[in-house]
Amino acid sequence: MVDVLRIKDLIVEYTTQRGTARAVDRVSLTLGENRTLGLAGESGCGKSTLGRSLMKLVPYPGKIVSGDIILNIDHDITWKKGTIKKGDVSILELNDDQLRMIRGSEIAYIFQDPMTSLNPMLSIGKHFIQIQQAHDPTIEDEQALERAKEVLESLGILAERVDDYPHQFSGGMRQRVMIGLGLVLRPRLLIADEPTTSLDVIVEAQILEEMAELKEKFNLTMILITHNLGVLAQTADDVAIMYTGRLAELAPTEALFENPQHPYTEALLQSVPDVTKPDKKLAWIPGAPPDLVNPPDGCMFNPRCPFAMDICKQEEPPLIQSDTGGLVACHLYGRS
Amino acid sequence: MRVIYTGGLNMNLVEIRDVTKYFPVQRGFIEQIISRKQEFVRAVDGVSFDIRKGEILGLAGESGSGKTTMGRLCVRLIRPTQGEILFDGINIAEVEGTEMRNLRRRIQFTFQDPSSSLNPRLSIGDAIADALRFQNMGSPEERKEIVESVLERVGLAPADTFYHRKPHQLSGGQRQRVVFGRAIVLSPEFIVTDEPVAMVDVSIKAQLLELMLDLKKELNLTYLFISHDLATARHVCDRIAIMYLGKIIEIGDDDQVYEDPLHPYTDGLISAIPVPNPKIQKTGKVPRGEIPSPIDPPSGCRFHPRCPKAFDKCSTEEPTLKDMGNGRCVACHLY
Repeated sequence: MVDVLRIKDLIVEYTTQRGTARAVDRVSLTLGENRTLGLAGESGCGKSTLGRSLMKLVPYPGKIVSGDIILNIDHDITWKKGTIKKGDVSILELNDDQLRMIRGSEIAYIFQDPMTSLNPMLSIGKHFIQIQQAHDPTIEDEQALERAKEVLESLGILAERVDDYPHQFSGGMRQRVMIGLGLVLRPRLLIADEPTTSLDVIVEAQILEEMAELKEKFNLTMILITHNLGVLAQTADDVAIMYTGRLAELAPTEALFENPQHPYTEALLQSVPDVTKPDKKLAWIPGAPPDLVNPPDGCMFNPRCPFAMDICKQEEPPLIQSDTGGLVACHLYGRS
Repeated sequence: MRVIYTGGLNMNLVEIRDVTKYFPVQRGFIEQIISRKQEFVRAVDGVSFDIRKGEILGLAGESGSGKTTMGRLCVRLIRPTQGEILFDGINIAEVEGTEMRNLRRRIQFTFQDPSSSLNPRLSIGDAIADALRFQNMGSPEERKEIVESVLERVGLAPADTFYHRKPHQLSGGQRQRVVFGRAIVLSPEFIVTDEPVAMVDVSIKAQLLELMLDLKKELNLTYLFISHDLATARHVCDRIAIMYLGKIIEIGDDDQVYEDPLHPYTDGLISAIPVPNPKIQKTGKVPRGEIPSPIDPPSGCRFHPRCPKAFDKCSTEEPTLKDMGNGRCVACHLY
């Protein structure tokens, strides 16, 4: 199996007036072809920043400090100013021009809010024409529209609706348009940031189902960023739990849900309401995530952790192999 | 099954009788000149149900089902177009002046978004004290004392360090606590709470739900819990009502409705909920399409264009809410 994406020791920092906050802290990940990786955690854990940094789109004042992001490309990309050879490409070393060719065509990003990501002045068809012509100016409008119709139909949107404007679509349909725009250039890697968060459960279930079908059809590798662990249980192959910018745990989905290793993962799972288990006693995590400008010493989770030991307050736990086939960063493991 | 303490024979605190709420659709200047027909959004269209004393009734449905409008009607933030809303026997749709003011003490509402329902320039203590001030209760010193005890009650202790904070100095969960504090400061009997935990992280959701339940026990509250999140509703509610396009299509005891949904829509809605267990796979009962416009709802049963079990009668005749026994009602021609 080819590794589509390899992230090595990625560090992303936001510089604010109060100081520097490390939003992504030495994250390393490998993502195999056709896998779906779920990224989960509380608000502010760095999951969206990590997703955006993969396209080098970290918003100001964020900055990728160090690390490496390596994307595998399975064909040569040629445009009038140059080429990118197939094989491993280091995203952080690309110039703006090269990045423009990679974004959209190799890595697509579906943003959180479908209401603000579409241009209200342009018809849906025009969105599709622009994105295709940006990557290949020789494509005629008609040809681009044909492709748009094809993609939209696979998402359950009637082809004639390419002439409609964003406001004529419901929230669910707009999100489908966003997914369509992400897929029209046949990317290899799709990053979906909370793609169904603003939607009702029925539409959410429909879209997740359609995404699973499209993943097969387009041979996609996916990163699904969400705070909803229920969604990940149904869709992801592997789940990474992030806390304060670090990976707390990474494991195959079933192992993670059945046998969570990190106390944080366990606490998160305990707090999720489960419609099939009405008697489940919902728990919560005391306190709040720490201030990233002044993080605590040792393990970042120690002030909220029920199992915190002395060592947790002094030393940061390394990410080690867990017994369930994943990785975990916790002093409870690997010491005895 | 949970036993609900009803406290006597008249166990209904709130009775909703055939309530409708139509909002006129705004017309443009030209549309007015050519006198196009006035259209209405039928947000709530002929709804009847009871809320028993001391229970938590969940009101669930997708966006656009009319659940928030129904909640607002229950506290008379808006008046119904037709129908009666009886609170403790008083029709709040018609009450005026001092009588309404007195009723406001007994009925409270919490809004969905705590950040936009708190005045950013007002300290949270003053925000809560305002409720007392508007009701002419106590002297400023007494009010401060009451507010401090309320702050501690909702978990914002020590109260004197929180009293003068502004909303932006609090976390989302703490703001929601302030909203609850403001709701209970007048010792109400009935609280309508609109999506109280929709905006907070899952890690603190349970904490707020527990606060809600504790307050209910201590203050003998009755809740109408409005939520689109059916998994959360299952954990807190005693009974649940499912709304679709301005109608209640099913109502009943929590366990009954979730374990054995009668209406095809309820069935679809429940099977669409993501379950945090990778071993449970979707059954594929998720309804097609999306909720239609409440301006011109489908004829007959409003769910029929999406219903997998629809037959001839469904498109022509509107089903009424039928009593299936045990307090279970469903509006579907299948029964």
